[in-house]
Amino acid sequence: MRRVATIFLVSLLLTNAGSAADGEWPVASGSPQALRFSDLTEINTKNVARLKPSFTFNTGLHHGEESATLVVGSTMYFVTPFPNYLYALDLTKPGAPVKWKFDPHADPASQGEACCDTVNRGPAYADGKVVMNTLDGQTIAVDAATGKELWRAHLANIRIGETLTMAPMIAEDKVLVGNSGGEFGVRGWIAALNLKDGSMAWKAFHTGPDKDVLIGSDFHPFYPQDRGKNLGIKTWPADRWKQGGGNVWGWVSYDPQARLVIYGTGNPGPWNPDQRPGENKWTSGVFARDVDSGQARWFYQWSPHDLYDHDGINENILVDRDWKGSPRKLLLHPGRNGYLYVLDRTNGQVLSAKPFVYINSSFGVDLKSGKLIPNPAKHTQTGKTVYDICPTAAGAKDWEPSAYSPRTGFVYIPHANLCMDEEGVQASYIAGTPYVGAIVRQKPGHGGYRGAMTAWDVAGEKIKWDHHENMPVWSGALVTAGDVVFYGTLDGWFRALDARSGKLLWQYRTDSGIVGQPVAYKGPDGHEYIAILSGVGGWIGAVLTNRVDVRDSTGANGMASAVPDLPRRGKTGGRLYVFRLG
Amino acid sequence: MSSAWARFALLAALLLAGCEREKRVYSGQPATNPAGELYQENAYDVAQGKRLYTWMNCTGCHAHGGGGIGPALMDNRWIYGGKIQQIYRSIRDGRKNGMPAWKNRLTDQQIWQLAAYVRSMGRYVRKDVAPSRDDALNSGKAESRRERSAPLEPGR
Repeated sequence: MRRVATIFLVSLLLTNAGSAADGEWPVASGSPQALRFSDLTEINTKNVARLKPSFTFNTGLHHGEESATLVVGSTMYFVTPFPNYLYALDLTKPGAPVKWKFDPHADPASQGEACCDTVNRGPAYADGKVVMNTLDGQTIAVDAATGKELWRAHLANIRIGETLTMAPMIAEDKVLVGNSGGEFGVRGWIAALNLKDGSMAWKAFHTGPDKDVLIGSDFHPFYPQDRGKNLGIKTWPADRWKQGGGNVWGWVSYDPQARLVIYGTGNPGPWNPDQRPGENKWTSGVFARDVDSGQARWFYQWSPHDLYDHDGINENILVDRDWKGSPRKLLLHPGRNGYLYVLDRTNGQVLSAKPFVYINSSFGVDLKSGKLIPNPAKHTQTGKTVYDICPTAAGAKDWEPSAYSPRTGFVYIPHANLCMDEEGVQASYIAGTPYVGAIVRQKPGHGGYRGAMTAWDVAGEKIKWDHHENMPVWSGALVTAGDVVFYGTLDGWFRALDARSGKLLWQYRTDSGIVGQPVAYKGPDGHEYIAILSGVGGWIGAVLTNRVDVRDSTGANGMASAVPDLPRRGKTGGRLYVFRLG
Repeated sequence: MSSAWARFALLAALLLAGCEREKRVYSGQPATNPAGELYQENAYDVAQGKRLYTWMNCTGCHAHGGGGIGPALMDNRWIYGGKIQQIYRSIRDGRKNGMPAWKNRLTDQQIWQLAAYVRSMGRYVRKDVAPSRDDALNSGKAESRRERSAPLEPGR
């Protein structure tokens, strides 16, 4: 009876969450609300120790495998790092052979315009189409059944440092795509393409005049600092907004009831803050937009006048749940600046912002004004080295997405524990070259560990448990209705923890480091499977994949000194692993 | 104009176009300036190269020799060759996997100075020619204090 009640409760929550209740994984984030929660229960805390590899698939590539593996029907889809092959694996046959492979013929020159390894965060699926992005700036739709190209749209220009690395997100009949290039003086944007033919429905920039940002009469930000005409120009020195960043290389969420697209914007450029006095709108913040028109509804800035490369692009998890005694429509966001934000997603009001890591770069977030309170002692500037800034440029948590379980009410946050020394230097804008203006040296944070999986109790506004890792965690998280949390480590361990206690239940050593996104799905045989791509890379993994010489502590923008041991701890190489109970 | 003349003109045009068809266009002149070698013998030129290295955003990809987006320059692995003439060509003409061409942004002399500085990162220049301590945040040992990297691998 209790089990029936639980199932009823879970299905109720899932209807609310819009998750794929039939065991598919049709969107990188698991659901448009980005929960990364699977309702499958066959694999649970009691039996997870029996997980065994069912099949593996070698990609033959040696860069970061960050893609999610989508599962629709009996086919699995994923995208490799450059040259961005799109694979479809047939799950009905033993060993899941390749059904088809699509090669987009991406331009090799794009490899020199990617700040943080030549990664791709996965495809999207809808209406029999698989949609992917390429590093050289194209969005391409292929027929899911045959792998034949249906349309392609060239959106980003690598000659000025624009690339595409994010997973497209499909909402209604629109494909949402944003550009990367915040380290190249690129002007950030998000575009909505019509799924049927790839034509542009709308495009919104994140700096510049209101008409470019799609700010009009529907725009009602909660805080007064975000109200006014053309703040995307006025909060910058003359013309600097043209190279101002605010890119969209992370996660896009969708609220189907409100028909709102909700996503974060990247860091302002250059990193050196002395070159851009002002609040630098609309960078390092979060936008809610109408899916049909693209018009902005509200905006909130996590890090006004960002000092530390703190992109606002991390996942926004949309949940309807109790908040201090009343049901509310919430947005949960573990930020790069170290705070776990709880927002009212109908208007952008901050309800809570508490640290999930050690922070000394700011003192907190003032809930009345919504403003981050910076620590002047850690203010970076030109010609001055500031020591021991926590968290680092890569953030308390980088792009690697968290998961949320409606069963426990916890957010499972994969993250780093690093600090840094930084000196600002004058950056010159030269199109197509890095526009950074900072010398950065990252190093282990306090406590003798460099990363962790942290369970955050939303109701209690506090850490429930921590599972420390020697190395920063750069893989996404998955949580299931079997109360198991899955994630991987830079030195190749794929781990399963008890979602309630954080106890390690099972682990498996893969060939390379893990920077991917674990998913759960129900196979054609009716059994539950867990999939993860192994293959070290990304900003931190570039120390290994790009053969950084760690005698230079600033190598890979300071990651050389954070993980100088990575080259001897692991090796490169992409391989998909799929597990089931043995 | 008679049709014979028109035919002759057409034939001539086709023949000339044929010459054009066979014309070889190279990506640039080979870097065989023997004087180029001298830049790596001169502390002033190496120091100028180091300033250009920062100003041209080389640090953004290659850091202070350790690499990142682009390959490390302080080690002994050279994708396109580590002799100064080869480094000069990589900077001047760019390389297909992401290295931009600088021939329209820098003078020939500046490119030689940059190439000379790159040679100093793995200490392929004399100790008294390589730069000393940085003014900015210390990224590791100064170029002049580095051990010379192992002998160059032949360029691929």
